[in-house]
Amino acid sequence: MDIMKPTLGLGASLACALSVMATAPAHAQEMEKCYGVSLAGQNDCAAGPGTTCAGTSRVDYQGNAWTLVPTGTCTQIELPGDRMGALEPLDRDIPS
Amino acid sequence: MAGGRALPAHPDFTARFAAGLRDGILPPGLTAKMPDEAARRFAVYRNNVAIGLIDALAARFPVIRRLLGEDFFRAMARVFAETHRPRSPVLLDWGADLPGFLETFPPLAAHPYLADIARIEHARGLAFHAADRPPLLPAALAGADPSRLRLCLHPSVQVLRLAHPAVSIWAANQPGRDPGGPFPPAAETALILRDTRFDVPVAAIGPGDAALVEALRTGAPLTAAAHRAATAQPAHDPQPILVRLMQAGALITPGRTDDETPDPQPEPGACPCSE
Amino acid sequence: MTVLPNAAGVGFKPQHFAAIRETAARIGFFEVHAENYMGAGGLPHAQLTALRADFPISLHGVGLSIGGAGPLDADHLARLRALIDRYQPESFSEHLAWSSHGAEYLNDLLPLPYTGETLAIVCDHVDAVQQALGRRMLLENPATCVLFAQSTIPEVDFLSEISRRTGCGLLLDINNVFVSASNHRTDPRAYLADFPMDRVGEIHLGGHDSEDLPSGPLLIDTHGSPVADPVWTLYAEVIARIGPRPTLVEWDNDLPDWPVLAAEADRAQAILDGGGQGLARAS
Repeated sequence: MDIMKPTLGLGASLACALSVMATAPAHAQEMEKCYGVSLAGQNDCAAGPGTTCAGTSRVDYQGNAWTLVPTGTCTQIELPGDRMGALEPLDRDIPS
Repeated sequence: MAGGRALPAHPDFTARFAAGLRDGILPPGLTAKMPDEAARRFAVYRNNVAIGLIDALAARFPVIRRLLGEDFFRAMARVFAETHRPRSPVLLDWGADLPGFLETFPPLAAHPYLADIARIEHARGLAFHAADRPPLLPAALAGADPSRLRLCLHPSVQVLRLAHPAVSIWAANQPGRDPGGPFPPAAETALILRDTRFDVPVAAIGPGDAALVEALRTGAPLTAAAHRAATAQPAHDPQPILVRLMQAGALITPGRTDDETPDPQPEPGACPCSE
Repeated sequence: MTVLPNAAGVGFKPQHFAAIRETAARIGFFEVHAENYMGAGGLPHAQLTALRADFPISLHGVGLSIGGAGPLDADHLARLRALIDRYQPESFSEHLAWSSHGAEYLNDLLPLPYTGETLAIVCDHVDAVQQALGRRMLLENPATCVLFAQSTIPEVDFLSEISRRTGCGLLLDINNVFVSASNHRTDPRAYLADFPMDRVGEIHLGGHDSEDLPSGPLLIDTHGSPVADPVWTLYAEVIARIGPRPTLVEWDNDLPDWPVLAAEADRAQAILDGGGQGLARAS
């Protein structure tokens, strides 16, 4: 395709897009607004783990992923191609 | 007993301590005031390491956690943590291997879409911590020739082509939402970026938008990028995606060196924004 | 280089940012974990930049593995150097512990035997850190729950000798002193009596949890609750003896709302202001 030969429609729509972009610029960073607000929602997930210099008194339950079955919302999701109904332990695959 | 002249013992000690965190065998010399409590006390460190890494994974992959449920997630995360230890004290980066792990983890063979969910969640972390770049000033667009104008993307911008309807599943599994579906068995493409409020939204975009953003990423001029979009999706209108990128601060002022892009495989040397 | 003020500070958590902006003029300084600010950009750096403009900052590392057997991670040292160059913190501190083995990061502060060999290793590592960062660092005493038969040097002597050989300062974590002494059935006051207080550049206070073992309690430094009363008492005794020092309240898990944490800092500040006599007020 010859990209140096703009179609009339595309050129017009790009010129229009540029003018709209120029009047809809990025907001300045809204730091105050997001302090503590977004963190209650999806942002803390994206932030990921923080380090700690503390120990824990919670105990790892040490469940066996080869004998447990998922119990979360994936059990409600119907997705063709999923082998739904396979919600039983894969105990045949337990590594020795 | 004074160690200065003795054979070095510390490398062996730390190696056996680290192995013992996995297998429970006490490292050499480990004891306590009541020596029969040594194993119970060593277990505190085993537990700290396991819980610390499981919690780190849970923080980064909350939708995977919700999809699997707490018990299964933690059991899976422990297997992952023991087989894919972090390679750096900067845990912000850990978890890039989780999608591949989920794809081949036999107990999850019935849920092949999980790997795509993990790809979205990992990409969100990269976007959240991506380098700061000043947004493109509107003045730069005044009188610009679209056939020559090269728009540069913020380092947080990523396009993920996913085999499953993972964006829809991800969105339906945000806190407080009903995860029900249905989810037609379609591939989806995710646009992930960090906006000016430091939020990291995830949007499903069509083939034209995806082609346009990917073309901009390679340094294509705007007209060429729009042509590629129109090829991928006939009659594609570039304006909505361009305005969305502009408002999010995802179009940046060119010219700064960028060696910190989160894009795992940036097209080398193609973008004028990174030169 | 400036130093931390002889005042009470707290560990900074992003969840508290908005409240801090509205109320926090009375906080003496904030401490952050270096590793949480090693991403390239985004909200963490925006927040730290804003905090830094208003408060002294203590940079506290958790990932250098100074007590490890191998050489220090040169990449990590370079990241630390970049962070210090960017924010110019009043203090940098790390732990007498190890957390990496080979290329694996274990995400916990693990204990080490105290021998002539490990003393030499730790001193080499502290020298390397101070050289790479171009500044004096503080080294923190650990909370431990095990002992090692091969140890030949008491922990206080081990820390004193590191400080003497390398010139580093010490970070005295009084909660760690109490946790370790309880776990090893020893006297925390004996430990504090021997501690080289002239080297102390900062004091840490934090909460701990307790479980029961056949021989008595097993304490874990969870930093998930208020500072325990016996730790406040030891702190007041130390301040009465050595005078005010920069004092940090650590709260890393089960975070409270900001006013609860600020009240802990107020309590430490009252003890500092009272020369170790301010204990009764808040208990």
